[in-house]
Amino acid sequence: MHIKLLLSFVLCSFASTTVFAAVAIQHWQTSQGGQVYFVSSPGLPMVDIRLVFAAGSARDGENHGIAALTTNMLETGAGKWNADQIAQRFDAVGAKYSSATHRDMSWVGLRSLTQDDLLAQALATFQQIISQPQFTQEQFQRIKEQKLISLTQQQERPGYLAKKTFYQSIYGEHPYAHLVSGEIATIKGMQLADIKQFYQQYYVRDNAVLAIVGDLTEEQARQTAETLFKQLKPGNKAAQLPHVNLPAKGKAQQINFPSTQTHILAGLPGLSRKDADYFPLYVGNYILGGGGLVSQLFLEIREKRGLAYSAYSYFSPLAELGPFTIGLQTQNKQSKLAIDIMQTTLAEFINNGPTPEQLIAAQKNLTGGFVLRFDSNKKLLNYVATIAFYQLPLDYLQSFPGKVSLVTVDEIKSAFQRRINTDLLQIISVGGQE
Amino acid sequence: MVGRLFLVLLCYSFSANATEVQERVLSNGLKVLVKEEHRSPVVVSQIWYKVGSSYEPSGITGISHMLEHMMFKGTDSHPVGEFSAIIAENGGRENAFTGRDYTAYFQTLEKTRLAISFELEADRMQHLHLLAEELDKELQVVMEERRMRTEDKPRAKLQEYLMAMAYSNSPYRNPVIGWPSDIENYQVDDLKKWYQQWYAPNNATLIVAGDVQAEEVFKLAEQYFGPIPVQTIQTLKPQVEMPQVGVRRMTVKLAAKVPYILMAYKVPSLKTVDQKWEAYALDVLAAVLDGGDSARLPAKLQRGQQLTSSVGAGYDLGGRLEELFMFEATPVKGKTLLDMEIALKIEIRSLQRVLISEQELARVKAQVLASSVYEQDSLFYQAMKLGMAETVGLGWKTAEQYRDKIDQVTAEQVRLVADKYLLESQLSIAYLEPQTMSAVHAPRAHHAH
Repeated sequence: MHIKLLLSFVLCSFASTTVFAAVAIQHWQTSQGGQVYFVSSPGLPMVDIRLVFAAGSARDGENHGIAALTTNMLETGAGKWNADQIAQRFDAVGAKYSSATHRDMSWVGLRSLTQDDLLAQALATFQQIISQPQFTQEQFQRIKEQKLISLTQQQERPGYLAKKTFYQSIYGEHPYAHLVSGEIATIKGMQLADIKQFYQQYYVRDNAVLAIVGDLTEEQARQTAETLFKQLKPGNKAAQLPHVNLPAKGKAQQINFPSTQTHILAGLPGLSRKDADYFPLYVGNYILGGGGLVSQLFLEIREKRGLAYSAYSYFSPLAELGPFTIGLQTQNKQSKLAIDIMQTTLAEFINNGPTPEQLIAAQKNLTGGFVLRFDSNKKLLNYVATIAFYQLPLDYLQSFPGKVSLVTVDEIKSAFQRRINTDLLQIISVGGQE
Repeated sequence: MVGRLFLVLLCYSFSANATEVQERVLSNGLKVLVKEEHRSPVVVSQIWYKVGSSYEPSGITGISHMLEHMMFKGTDSHPVGEFSAIIAENGGRENAFTGRDYTAYFQTLEKTRLAISFELEADRMQHLHLLAEELDKELQVVMEERRMRTEDKPRAKLQEYLMAMAYSNSPYRNPVIGWPSDIENYQVDDLKKWYQQWYAPNNATLIVAGDVQAEEVFKLAEQYFGPIPVQTIQTLKPQVEMPQVGVRRMTVKLAAKVPYILMAYKVPSLKTVDQKWEAYALDVLAAVLDGGDSARLPAKLQRGQQLTSSVGAGYDLGGRLEELFMFEATPVKGKTLLDMEIALKIEIRSLQRVLISEQELARVKAQVLASSVYEQDSLFYQAMKLGMAETVGLGWKTAEQYRDKIDQVTAEQVRLVADKYLLESQLSIAYLEPQTMSAVHAPRAHHAH
């Protein structure tokens, strides 16, 4: 166990029996150069593994949806096993395979018990999936048809249309502008050869990081990492994504939809992972719309006026500027009123900044609830994978409360005024017309 | 290979097996359960009231959920907003949820702050403000919640219609959130009565899981909840569902894009069944059909015959009243809902006639065993499991026995329950037939400001 000390005000009350009181991330390279990030978490005989590739939808090019489709194809046949055999091999040992695609990354994951023979079967299967996918024509057609039906079904939802339009509107020509799932037309046009090529380019060692959290010794983790990286081709790291340009001017779009509610999204490209304004924007947003039942947007829209069930704002930091999003849903006849309140609340926050009392309350929440952020292997894995993928400092978690505590009212005000230019705000509403 | 591995798994003893649940009943009837779990300096506190949508008489459906919302509207000592502000300032997370058989409130906090949660929960168990002006606003919020969850979601609507058809007189026929005209017409008096009727220490279970010492939690519970007086809780009418005597069908026509089918068989829950093994066998049956990608429905209908673009089955053994064993499917292009119905029934027929394989049974048991480890990664889930079992009257010990009971299920028992319960006469079927969605106009753009 390598235990680093946390800030004393967080640590002082912890019992010594706890596993998560301090998180020490160990980092090394496999003999072939694979990047590994490991946290030992004894206590439960289980392990979580996530292999992350810079292979998100921002790499789709014209083939919107290809990153996600590639991820979906992996488990449909690998090495000498077909899709049924792969599923049986995981299920028989109680292992859970998962995968996902986001804008910057695609990942494949495994949760398994740590008993030797069970873990060995799960890992051997996982290893084939990442390094020897079959990509058969039959499975490709099946997955493609499935995607098309799922995309068709999405069109039943006003929230989907709002999100799709929102991303187009705030990102314009940038590769973040389309949804991860792609579009019906682009999926229809996709060929198996495109998938194979995408895989060959991006599912490679130098474009991957491996996160492991669980009840393994460092030696076991090292062996696991060696096994997983062994058969990946070296390849190249994906190129840097283009910088995001802010929209040229503010815009409001209303799209008619046969729904009882209007779904409203507003925002701008806002925050990147290694942003100098990260903490002021993060803490400020807690006050504006991030703090669950106590944020300004929640109070103004829901508590004071009963206009919506949910009203929120958040930053989703990405490699390049990720979106700042404000969202709510309200019955059609109130949509104008709700947009007004939303804009007023945002403008007041940007103009005036938070009050000192609001800042203290936010800091108390974020530091006092610090331990809740990684109180399970599942949450911890998420942090470790994020730290690994974005190359954040290994003490990112430990230093988090300290950085939150240092944020001032003026920093928040200044950061919001510089970064959230309301003249450029994109506002999308999708719902029934009045 | 697969079989051998499983034998190993069965003999596996967990070094980190879950600690025992400790129980104390206060003199006012409040049952306190503590599950010590010292992996992280965090504590989850949940208070479960034995009241939910299945307790509600007609005309005020959804009132348990409405009251759940109103529980955040303040007391004499903590005016509206203060509850959430205090929890937030203490770094806590909180919320509440309502189901058919329960209403529950929870906070997750750094472990030294448990008393904060107890003080606030004890206060709102007795001294809640129920004011007309707050109700007016919150009722709008709940209407928005209903629009979001149900009105604008064709599949959610289909399910709502199906439940109302499948059950004749069981209160499970009503949606948890309530029917729209009931929601719109709640009066403050309805809520006051509901609050007085059900919110009492002897109708609640307090569950604490996390890095705590049970004895200290009991002491703290006594300090904050002990003084609350016991109340008379009226006995709930049984409302036993009328026997179903034939298949029920409906076609629901909604603005949608993709067809969809739901099939529901009336089956007992663990609470209502005479032979308890039957409920566990039904649970295994559901897992044979849809527990993981190697289960029958994804393997045969999705990948094998390639009839469905998505397919599933499910059974919740934890209800207070008679349950439904559900099937759902979305056809691939070129297939109809009738094709789905036939394909699902062929799978059911086969389970009624032919024993499931040793491998399938071993697979299900291996998954349940693995899940019993994985679920310990979540404090919240551990507390939740106890709360559900306790609140429907099964008792928390039943929840702790789940893994062992599943282990005892045989292939023949799975066949027997399929044969006994998945009967045409007990079936309700709903087809979602998409109707053209009105034309979506091109976006009209104008400049802000």
